[in-house]
Amino acid sequence: MLSSLVTSPRVLETIDERLLRCGISRRDFVKFCSSLMIAAPFGLAITDKKTPEDVAQGLGKVIRPPVIWIAFQDCTGCTETLLRTSHPDLGDLILNVISLEYHETLMAGSGKQAEEALTEAVARYSGKYVCVVEGSIPTRDKGVYMKLAGRPAMDVLADVAGKAAAIVAIGSCASWGGIPSADPAPTGAVGVVDLMPEKTIINLPGCPPNPYTLLGVVLQFAESGTLPELDAERRPKFAYDRDIHEHCPRRAHFDAGNFVKQFGDQGHREGWCLYEMGCKGPDTHAGCSTRHFNEIPDVWPIGIGAPCIGCTEKSVAFRVPMFQVVQLHTVAAPPNTYAPISSPQGTISPLATGLVGLAAGALAGAGYVASRQFSKAPRDESVPGSGPPGGSSTHDQGPDTGPKP
Amino acid sequence: MSTAIDRRQALLGMIGAGGTIAGALAPSVAAEEHPAHPVAPPDAVSMLYDNTICTGCRACMMACNDANGLPSDTSLSQGLWDMPTDLNSKTKNIIKLYEEPGEGFAFVKRQCMHCLDPACVTGCPFGALKKNLWGAVTWDGSRCIGCRYCEVACPFDVPKFQWDHWNPKIVKCEFCFDQRLKENQQPACTGVCPTGAVIFGKRVDLLAKAKARIAASPDKYFEKRVYGEHEAGGTQVLYLSSVAFEKIGLPNLGSTSLGHYATKVTSVIYKWLSGPIIVAGILGALIKRNWNRHEAERPEREKQTGLPEQL
Repeated sequence: MLSSLVTSPRVLETIDERLLRCGISRRDFVKFCSSLMIAAPFGLAITDKKTPEDVAQGLGKVIRPPVIWIAFQDCTGCTETLLRTSHPDLGDLILNVISLEYHETLMAGSGKQAEEALTEAVARYSGKYVCVVEGSIPTRDKGVYMKLAGRPAMDVLADVAGKAAAIVAIGSCASWGGIPSADPAPTGAVGVVDLMPEKTIINLPGCPPNPYTLLGVVLQFAESGTLPELDAERRPKFAYDRDIHEHCPRRAHFDAGNFVKQFGDQGHREGWCLYEMGCKGPDTHAGCSTRHFNEIPDVWPIGIGAPCIGCTEKSVAFRVPMFQVVQLHTVAAPPNTYAPISSPQGTISPLATGLVGLAAGALAGAGYVASRQFSKAPRDESVPGSGPPGGSSTHDQGPDTGPKP
Repeated sequence: MSTAIDRRQALLGMIGAGGTIAGALAPSVAAEEHPAHPVAPPDAVSMLYDNTICTGCRACMMACNDANGLPSDTSLSQGLWDMPTDLNSKTKNIIKLYEEPGEGFAFVKRQCMHCLDPACVTGCPFGALKKNLWGAVTWDGSRCIGCRYCEVACPFDVPKFQWDHWNPKIVKCEFCFDQRLKENQQPACTGVCPTGAVIFGKRVDLLAKAKARIAASPDKYFEKRVYGEHEAGGTQVLYLSSVAFEKIGLPNLGSTSLGHYATKVTSVIYKWLSGPIIVAGILGALIKRNWNRHEAERPEREKQTGLPEQL
């Protein structure tokens, strides 16, 4: 399909028209749709359809959404993860499904040419395009720490994202600042939401996030003009509403109490739970444990034996030390440990009972004897006390003369 | 000296009068409130737990902790899991396992039974525990003095005391009264149960439902009866079990309400104020005897010391 590339049409056209013009068969497109149904997240408008034909029917009428992808303080990891999807592959995606107008890593042009392409795309599709932001935006010292075509990142963002129909902040950096915002944050890096909270923004945090989440969001927006349901952090719920821990393939080891104690130990080789190595799975909301990367089973951090660092959580990733064990909140005991009907209680041995009885008896006897002694004492004292009429002197003599029988 | 005697007599009289008034009031109220077989009001809410359906997933325990703001009991699990061994000051609801090698196993969910005539309410001296709206047995911290009579009185061993707290509370299932029942929501545990092993409803409806289940498959259920229909005068939590109720920790209590037993004792002791009068009489006689002895020895003592005696 890549070979069928023709020069980019400078008008908005539907996917069907595009495919027809490029000579791509209906069969190929339905195949593409079926792979999309498998790959794209459940619960999404696009995958609610029954068959790939239904998807093709709906998707065919969609006007290819123009996408402008701008990168700021990033490592291009989010782009890399998108490049590594194969079903559907990136070529299909950017050439047939979306209309990628500007992407610094993928485009051939550079320098003035590239700048012109950006300006032109923003002007042509103003108010209609989806702006994907990758990387954080430096704000300290008027944003001089990152410049694009001589302009600070903040200005570029205000210009490009300001005219977008929707903004997708891809990756943890664009979502809230990510690694560049980690202490001491020399550039004062922030996310897109921090700079333009009133805009329509979808955060797809992750380092990197799963590319299918991006695909799903963009396609749903293109097809129906709606956005998926978002949580408080503006993350789509279909991908970010569950804990990593809830669906972790290693959960059985957690429940059984099988923990890796040291990297490379027997438990680590056997694929045991990484909780004690500082895995942030219990604190992290993301779909990684059910939807792995690159369409290869077990390609995700925990799958390859590295503890989750909580990259989708603003309060965890790059804030909490990587190997610090997280506090669990409400996690039920593993299924092999149930409370017994009657909880075990200690019994009191006859010996202990006897000893305590003896001690109590001795105390009671001592008390009785002492009381007898004290009740006798004032009688002896009263005889010499009757001599001098002074009241206090008897008191002073008391302790000395008292206890003699 | 005569004034001192008066004060002593006055104090004695006050104690006696207080006792007799309290004694006279208590049984007359209690006798009406504690019939041997109380009848459930029509709006009484209820839970029906069927251990032939329960899978032991413990979702109810987690939901209970969340709804009531209880911490996980991780004392036995090195801080990992919520792993209580019994109802305790951090656990209002627990799933326990009965296991008999060769005989199989059965789960049981334990929480407050919400008796129709609760022994804890009868035992509470300050009315901190009370039979609230819809029959939920709730605890009012502002009235509790921490005497733990409820803990001793409860035949199901439900109320627990926060021994590890500087200002301890009584912890017991309150049917999620404040958290959910008042908001017209069912309790957290019944709401979250994925298999319907514990369900919520009016007591009359659930009793009928339980009997229908028994009628549909009589061999499945122990003794073909519903635990809680008559036990201890009837409870608002009903149980169906595949194994003997005693084996899953539900005691054999008979059908008379425990409050009624308590009333029987108090009604004898306080009949015609006999108890307080007898006690006060014995005390008075003892004091009189000692006083007389004291008075008889007084002139001799005064002669010995040369001082007038003071009380």
